[in-house]
Amino acid sequence: MWRDARLVMGKDLRIEMRSRVSLNQVLPFALAVLVLFGLALGPNLHVLAAETAGLVWMAVLFSCVLGVQRSYSIESSDAARDGLRLSGLDPAGIFLGKAGALALQLFVLEIVLALVASVLYGTALSEALVLAVTCVVATLGLSAVGTLYGALALGVRVRETLLPLLFFPVVAPVLMGAMKAWQAGLAGTPGKAAGWLELLTVFAVAYGAIGTIAFGPLLEDG
Amino acid sequence: MTTTVVHELRATPVAKRPFGARALRVTGALSLVGIAATIWLGLWVTPPDAFMGNQVRLLYIHPPMAWVAFLAYGISFLSSLAYLWRRTRATAWDRLAGAAAEVGVVFTGLTLVTGSIWGRPTWGTWWTWDPLLTTTALLFVLYLGYLAIRHIPGTDETRGKRNAIAAVVAFIDVPVVYFSVYLWQSLHQTPSILNLTTRKTTIHGSMAWTLLLGFCSFTMAFFWLLVERYRLAGLEAREESFGLQAALEERRLEGRT
Repeated sequence: MWRDARLVMGKDLRIEMRSRVSLNQVLPFALAVLVLFGLALGPNLHVLAAETAGLVWMAVLFSCVLGVQRSYSIESSDAARDGLRLSGLDPAGIFLGKAGALALQLFVLEIVLALVASVLYGTALSEALVLAVTCVVATLGLSAVGTLYGALALGVRVRETLLPLLFFPVVAPVLMGAMKAWQAGLAGTPGKAAGWLELLTVFAVAYGAIGTIAFGPLLEDG
Repeated sequence: MTTTVVHELRATPVAKRPFGARALRVTGALSLVGIAATIWLGLWVTPPDAFMGNQVRLLYIHPPMAWVAFLAYGISFLSSLAYLWRRTRATAWDRLAGAAAEVGVVFTGLTLVTGSIWGRPTWGTWWTWDPLLTTTALLFVLYLGYLAIRHIPGTDETRGKRNAIAAVVAFIDVPVVYFSVYLWQSLHQTPSILNLTTRKTTIHGSMAWTLLLGFCSFTMAFFWLLVERYRLAGLEAREESFGLQAALEERRLEGRT
């Protein structure tokens, strides 16, 4: 399972390295969202600094939907899905691989967003360790749900509109958890983040497990 | 062509009196009478509450609606599990899950609306970010998404699996959402519905009976709607296959002439 996961993850990342779609489209989109949030709430830097956590994580959620769309658009052309199905790879491994590749890309995106937000909104990135740990667990949860729902909507004509509707309500706890943990970190009170990090971990583990189990049946007859 | 389909639908032997049709009609009638009686008792017979005054009258229907919504999601979850379990896999479970979720969404909407109407005079605001309210609102959109998935075409097996997994994912999210909203808003505690439910246990006499009647009639109405919707789903599936057959027939006839 883990070997298969590594293979699929390597494949997805290699495609990204060569096509640079996330880099050239998703990342600039996320930056545009950050700027537009500034226009919507600014130009008072105090307001923006106070809301940095929520704004960054909203930008991450938007980008995550795009990331999932991208992750499955590479499977839907050229009968790539049939290839995956016939490859004999463990479905659980495929799930973990795709989720892992998505998580890695999102993680890079979050680092860039954090740096840009600190400049645009005048926020000092204190307690960087808490922020980074939050990013890791929250991203794992987001990519698990995203990959699961992406498979659910794979091959469906209304995928582009269906996916956000499914995805956003389910990841509401991740938004709350990541936002609160970041607020605690940015405010220099890392102790308050502990409960939220636990919640994010539970979420990531739960949806990781569901995805690992459910991916096989979804891939079989999608 | 549609008329032939209707004729065939009527002519097929399956259309003989469905099992329990009379019981279903009686349940429906009783639930409607019960709801009417609840409204009558709630608006005219029961006294105003010592604390809440006349606003208490909305509480004869609001908690029953919320209860029905959660009951519906529970049934939807259990029947989805039954579908996923290989030994009990049957299209019937998928239809039941869909019917329950659909009725659940309607009652969630009603719960949100009645709660909001009650909140305006009581709390002075249409909406507050209380854990229960926020969870209910998220639940509403969550299950709207589930219903959207159900509309996606596919074979019975594909759709069934997809629907069942989506229902399980949605249902598991509910406690996580509730817990996180609870933590999230803990800084500014607003008047909570939970406080009310604990206080409600102290109400007496006609008020308690009216509330009980409300619960019973809304639950009956739920089962009535559930079974009707379930049967409708079966008819829809048959209509679809008949439509296909009719279209095939038509093509064959075209070929002959």
